Amino acid sequence: MAQITLNNVRKVYGGNIEAIKGVSLQIDDGELVVLVGPSGCGKSTLLRMIAGLESISSGEIAIGDRTVNDLEPAERDIAMVFQNYALYPHMTVHQNLAYGLKNRNTPKDEIERRIAKAAKTLEIEPYLQRKPRQLSGGQRQRVAMGRAIVREPAAFLFDEPLSNLDAKLRGQMRIEIKRLQRSLGTTSVYVTHDQMEAMTLADKLVVVNGGQIEQVGSPIELYEKPATTFVATFIGSPSMNLLKHAETLEGWSISANVPKPKGAFTIGIRPEDLAVCEPTATDFDFTAKVRIDSIELVGAESYVHGKFANGQDLVFRVPGRSVRQIDDHVMVGAKAKDLHVFDDRGRRVA
Amino acid sequence: MQPVVFPNKILPYLLLAPQIVLTVVFFFWPASQALYQSVLREDPFGLKSGFVGLANFRAVLSNPDYLHSLKVTVVFSLSTALLSMAVALLLATAADRVVRGKNIYRTLLIWPYAVAPAVAGMLWLFMFNPAMGTFAYMLRRNGVAWDPLLNGDQAMALVIVAAAWKQISYNFLFFVAGLQAIPKSLIEAASIDGARGARRFWTIVFPLLAPTTFFLLVVNTVYAFFDTFGIIHAVTGGGPAKATETLVYKVYNDGFVNLNLGSSAAQSVILMVIVVALTAFQFRFVEKRVHYS
Repeated sequence: MAQITLNNVRKVYGGNIEAIKGVSLQIDDGELVVLVGPSGCGKSTLLRMIAGLESISSGEIAIGDRTVNDLEPAERDIAMVFQNYALYPHMTVHQNLAYGLKNRNTPKDEIERRIAKAAKTLEIEPYLQRKPRQLSGGQRQRVAMGRAIVREPAAFLFDEPLSNLDAKLRGQMRIEIKRLQRSLGTTSVYVTHDQMEAMTLADKLVVVNGGQIEQVGSPIELYEKPATTFVATFIGSPSMNLLKHAETLEGWSISANVPKPKGAFTIGIRPEDLAVCEPTATDFDFTAKVRIDSIELVGAESYVHGKFANGQDLVFRVPGRSVRQIDDHVMVGAKAKDLHVFDDRGRRVA
Repeated sequence: MQPVVFPNKILPYLLLAPQIVLTVVFFFWPASQALYQSVLREDPFGLKSGFVGLANFRAVLSNPDYLHSLKVTVVFSLSTALLSMAVALLLATAADRVVRGKNIYRTLLIWPYAVAPAVAGMLWLFMFNPAMGTFAYMLRRNGVAWDPLLNGDQAMALVIVAAAWKQISYNFLFFVAGLQAIPKSLIEAASIDGARGARRFWTIVFPLLAPTTFFLLVVNTVYAFFDTFGIIHAVTGGGPAKATETLVYKVYNDGFVNLNLGSSAAQSVILMVIVVALTAFQFRFVEKRVHYS
């Protein structure tokens, strides 16, 4: 049980390539924090720096009340679940679970007690005498979790643990990880590039981009009030429409109710906040006229890809099947409360 | 593999022909000749030979010289294989940590493999020759009574070191490749699990290298059995007092020096059986304990 504090942490490769550009982050005790971002954004590097697998160029990392900058991974009291599980292929499941404890000279009966408990929680009891190669992907995933649990560490670190599983299993494991983390109450840091996984798992969501933190907050905060255009497009699927305001409004208009910054700005509207309306409708603060380019039917709803005259896209959601045809012209509108306004540097204004 | 059907009936045989011709000319023919020779005995003048059944084998197997040679071979082969593999593994783990100039180190370490066995033997002979060798001089000055021309154990040590030295670079290459094939995350997982240094090596790295080690064990044993003739011939000539006469060297000595062709052929046949058995044994029993990921 511990909190994790990152204070202005940097990572510089080869003297001039800055992979992590000064990250400060507070992770509270028992919290599940998800680091999410596109590949190459530095989220995994950040996790590996917490684990001690990667050195830090400057700044401070503390786990509990200890500064761990110069401690070996083994001394940091953390356990990590790797993307490829990193199970020892020459050991049985039981030996895999026991290895970390044996290295720490844990008494034998204590090792057996912990393994029995973890195996029961994870339902891997029947496989304890098997080798990893005799297990399915999902079972290996559970063993990897088990290896972390038996250690009873101060924090769990997850490095994209579900990305090697198929979609159905991934959804199932996601729920299990969440449940397990809540029942154990162990501080956890979870890295993923899947925004869906991030949204459903996180107590606190950290969006990382280009070696910097874009925004920290609860998933719903980030969804409702993205601080930057990057977060706006990264969180939510399909992603938010961003319309750059130019001198001439290209096929769309906004009412005076919408606060506008000086100079150029960008309007963001989520597909689910747009509704098809009559050309004469007046109760919307944003209206746009687009030609329907394509229609995606995903079951209970459809996503319609519209195009403005200048070729810019506008995606909106319609419940059920779209009654419109491709190449129809259609009017869509949104309320002022659903509009996100960003200034010319992509920062949120309102 | 998908079975391939050639439309042309002759082409597949033509494609296989070079390999088949090579195998027949350089293996099956001499091997069958050896088998044939092993049941014959030449008269003292070499004018005619007669069929004697298994008499050659009986004579060879009851000869204390032959049993001594067998013992020498076992000691020599095991020592050579273990020494060359141990040193290669040590160098490979060290080279694995080198970040800069990796390729230069590797290239330099591979050079000894390009040296012909007889030349390698001469090299070591010169260095440790009791009359003019630099190292022999240094050894003697430090109180070691170094004389491989008279002391059988020292002669044995010398040929083992020379034979192992030549094989180190080959083993090194395979160990480096084996080390690189171990997923980095496994080493990281082990370091989080609190295993460091020697402990991590023996519990994680070494077991994962098992396929490489096993392969090299087979190759090195066969090497020590057969390919070290040149080294032994150059360094000790099987002496002193047959202290370094391995089975292969004895085959040569009895057959081509002493011209006892029947006995020599019988020894070759026994040697063939030994190697087939050795390889079969290694694959059957050692491989079972090896992890192939």
